[in-house]
Amino acid sequence: MTKRILTLALAVVMTAALFIGGGQSALAAGTGSTGDAAGGAITVGIASDLDSSLDPHVSSSLAGTREVLFNIYEGLTKPDTQGNLVPAVAESYAVNDTADEYTFTLREGVRFHNGQEVTVGDIVYSLTRAAGLETGEPLVATLAGVASVEAVDDRTVVVTLSAPDAEFIAYTTVAIIPEGSDPADGIVGTGPFKFVSRSPQGNIVMERFDEYWGEPAKCAKVTFEVIEDGQTMVMSLRSGAIDLAAHLEASQVAELKAAADLNVLEGNMNLVQALYLNNARPPFDDARVRQALCYAVDKQTVIDLAGDGHGTPLGSSMYPAFGKYFDDSLTNRYESDLDKARDLLAEAGYGPDDPLRFTIAVVSAYTPHVNTAQVIVELLRQVGVEAEIRQMENAAWYSDVYQGRDFDATITGMDASTLTASALLARFVSDNPKNFIGFDSADYDAAYAAAVGTTDDAEQTAKFKECEAILAEDAANVYIQDLADFVVTQADIEGYQFYPLYVMDLSTVYRAG
Amino acid sequence: MLITLLLISLLAFLAFQIVPGDPTTKLLGSEYSPERAASLREEMGLDRNVLVRYVDWLTGFITGDLGVSYSYGMGVDQVMEGKGAVTAALSLLAWVLVIAISLPLGVALARWQGGRLDRACVAMNQVFMAIPPFFLGILFTYVFGLVLKLFVPGGFISPQQSFWGFLGYLTFPALAIAIPKAAMVTKLLRSSILNQMGEDYVRTAYSRGNSRWGVIRGHVLRNAILPVVTFVAMTLADIVAGSIIVEQVFALPGLGRLLLASIGNRDYPVVQCIVVIIAFIVVFMNYLADVVTQYIDPRVRLA
Amino acid sequence: MKIKHNKNFTAGAVITAFMLTVILIGMVWTPYDPNAMSGKEKMLSPCLAHPLGTDNFGRDILSRVVEGAGATFIIAAATVAIGLVAGLVIGGLTGYYGGWLDEVVMRFNDAIAAFPSILLALVLIALFGSGKYNIILALGLLFIPSFARVVRAEVARQKSLDYVAGAKLMGAGDMRILFLHILPNIVPVLLPSVAIGFNNAVLAEASMSYLSVGVQPPDASLGRMLNEAQGYLLTAPWYALSTGVAIILLVLGFGLLSEGMGGKYGAA
Repeated sequence: MTKRILTLALAVVMTAALFIGGGQSALAAGTGSTGDAAGGAITVGIASDLDSSLDPHVSSSLAGTREVLFNIYEGLTKPDTQGNLVPAVAESYAVNDTADEYTFTLREGVRFHNGQEVTVGDIVYSLTRAAGLETGEPLVATLAGVASVEAVDDRTVVVTLSAPDAEFIAYTTVAIIPEGSDPADGIVGTGPFKFVSRSPQGNIVMERFDEYWGEPAKCAKVTFEVIEDGQTMVMSLRSGAIDLAAHLEASQVAELKAAADLNVLEGNMNLVQALYLNNARPPFDDARVRQALCYAVDKQTVIDLAGDGHGTPLGSSMYPAFGKYFDDSLTNRYESDLDKARDLLAEAGYGPDDPLRFTIAVVSAYTPHVNTAQVIVELLRQVGVEAEIRQMENAAWYSDVYQGRDFDATITGMDASTLTASALLARFVSDNPKNFIGFDSADYDAAYAAAVGTTDDAEQTAKFKECEAILAEDAANVYIQDLADFVVTQADIEGYQFYPLYVMDLSTVYRAG
Repeated sequence: MLITLLLISLLAFLAFQIVPGDPTTKLLGSEYSPERAASLREEMGLDRNVLVRYVDWLTGFITGDLGVSYSYGMGVDQVMEGKGAVTAALSLLAWVLVIAISLPLGVALARWQGGRLDRACVAMNQVFMAIPPFFLGILFTYVFGLVLKLFVPGGFISPQQSFWGFLGYLTFPALAIAIPKAAMVTKLLRSSILNQMGEDYVRTAYSRGNSRWGVIRGHVLRNAILPVVTFVAMTLADIVAGSIIVEQVFALPGLGRLLLASIGNRDYPVVQCIVVIIAFIVVFMNYLADVVTQYIDPRVRLA
Repeated sequence: MKIKHNKNFTAGAVITAFMLTVILIGMVWTPYDPNAMSGKEKMLSPCLAHPLGTDNFGRDILSRVVEGAGATFIIAAATVAIGLVAGLVIGGLTGYYGGWLDEVVMRFNDAIAAFPSILLALVLIALFGSGKYNIILALGLLFIPSFARVVRAEVARQKSLDYVAGAKLMGAGDMRILFLHILPNIVPVLLPSVAIGFNNAVLAEASMSYLSVGVQPPDASLGRMLNEAQGYLLTAPWYALSTGVAIILLVLGFGLLSEGMGGKYGAA
């Protein structure tokens, strides 16, 4: 009888196995397709899965996707580690005096990952597609000002703008893809790595592109492993399961420092972390309340408690990597002053009997923001403000907070998708669709319009700084910091470089020895 | 059984139609505009009647078309590719471990009732039953992964790389799930056997000169195993659910991780699919428990 | 009311009494403010001032474990209360009246009860959103069927007993009979279920908060803390350990109690 039970149990196991495992014989692809050629294979941990589509013209919204695609796609120009724009698919470019006509010369011998040489047709197709010239709906919002894209000869493309824009060249980092192609059918770019495979919530694999026009990548293969849990990321680094992880936070690094065989590099995340306030509705439609919070939240305390002292305090929507646009003096516009905070709150009608209560929305996967939120709640408690944290999933945050604007306050980081001041400042213009905090200031709108309307560099810089000052003065948000960006690698991994943008360049990374 | 499945699938479908939030906002991200969202909704068929969509989805599901994931723009079957296998392997391994640990142990404890092993195990059992599997997983990670270095935490090995490495990596997660369940089954089996020992037929068996072991093996086990079989069968559903959490602890790329991510991303097609699959396992295991019970004990008739 | 006074019951009572005492004291007094942060006292090892050390914000872990156990306990209590009250009403009515409604409700109950509760809770959380009150609501709803089932079976049994017939002869109304006469008599049968319910609720809350969908930071809860503690396994293993042991003690206490009262531990 025992035998019969055993047989049955086995049958059950096999039936279940057949059912659950049915049709899944072809498992995660991309393993073992190449051996360890020169530079070796490198495994990188990333904290969130990439966007649904890897279409470079569509998915530009998620920073985590952009930083991976940076290795696969290239534009006419690309940023370098110093924050300069360098020619890429274009060999050179020229601007006319009125800054509304840009002429690009195609670099010779640039090939797509499918082996085809890049032609002016590909460039016209890519820019036309991204700017939505045929559909009337730009896929890449920054290209909305493009009026026409024309090939003059087989090496020259002229882009005409509907209005002058001195910053336009920074937007030409938009990816060049083969004429007539749709990235949904295959990912083909011109970057140092070519796409191999992708498994949702699993991994993304790319290999060195041997016919790359520039300096070839130093490692032969890169696998991005999606590791959404911060603790698991730490453990994977310790155990050697992954070679490199970026965007770690101080407490994770503290846990890793005990291991001698790891390199820790410190840079900046290049984003503006703040307690973003909904200026459009109570309680934060009252500038006194916003200013009270600024006086109550001491940036350095936040940085010390949540970031172990690592991080750069900020006072407006601009971070130091932007060099000339960054105004250091705004950082200390609100020195920590609890009495002043209480006074301002009392003026606005809040006191011990009727305390200010509000909710802070924060995406649960972003540990640094959740930690910052915890410290802020604690700091606000000292001036009698009762803030409550509401952790949300990314999708819910996008629809409710960012798009729906149904929130009191939220902690997040705003990064720049291009190397322009407007990438950070445009969103606070009153009628900008991305103005999710509902900031509405005529002075700001005027200063911003003046900044983008001029071709004079000095005047433009001054006007952008004026914008920053208005944001600080009006206490649009409680600005905190540019988060410290820790990159941890195994001891034998070398060559990682920081950029002033949120990208992760793996072409210079290699395994030594 | 079919009606239960239909009901569950309908509930799963309806539930995710009233979730606040709209997948289009996630797809469009910060490039969102109402016009784009509207055209995307139309493209995705979200503007149609709920029941029409349900019937559409169900017919697709039955014919093997699991729908298209909102988050990934590819077929749900492609999204789940490889992940179902991980969860299935983990659950079955845990289930086999439950059986392998509890059956011999339960019988042995009953055989030597009141002995040192019995007393020690009965006390330990209570504690093991109280440990949440994910805490056991954290303990294992610390003790076996970080201190003793018996496995590489986070270093999941896919079955393509090495089948045995894959099973090896699953051993500790499977144990974390199995131990609390095994404690329950052991206890149930032990008390079930001891209950039977007081029956008349056992006294008759003794009087024929059988030893205690002989009585248990030859007469008691057959009757005592009945309630255990049902329980063990039902346990599989719990194990599958438990693996959702334990997969998080051990960073296993299984359905659990996918499910949690999909719930957060409002990727309804994926969530519906996983929920219905688990529902199917639940209903199927219940049915199987009945069949097995009847097989062992023909007196029980299937309703 | 008879309770088997055995080893299980005694051990369960002692453990539960200990935990309840700690929780009750924690509601009035903890060594430190469980939310107070200190930059100078981050990640301290256990010492005299902080017997369980401090966490990454310099918060006292002992105070947080006590506070967290309290939060977990209150959530479990609220969950069981919802399940119990609704279960009494549904189970009482269906058990007393029977009929087709009884059939339908119980079929539905069976279907839900067979489904892994963690999974259902996740689905409900996806509907309601995360947070302390939503967790209570979600788990409370899920606990209704198991209570309803126990109540229904017992009410159906009691209904045919002499004292009910007697009350009917005296002219008592249905509601009066159900809630004044039958209800007190099913309490002994219900008690083990309540203890098991507590047990499951503690486990479920811990799991949900561990997955970050339950109690929100900076509030403490045992699951929430275990999630945070996992990141410091190497530098501060006592963090995870003390939190885990608190969960085990809560679950073990209620488990033993229910068993001492004749319930079936482990079967919801």
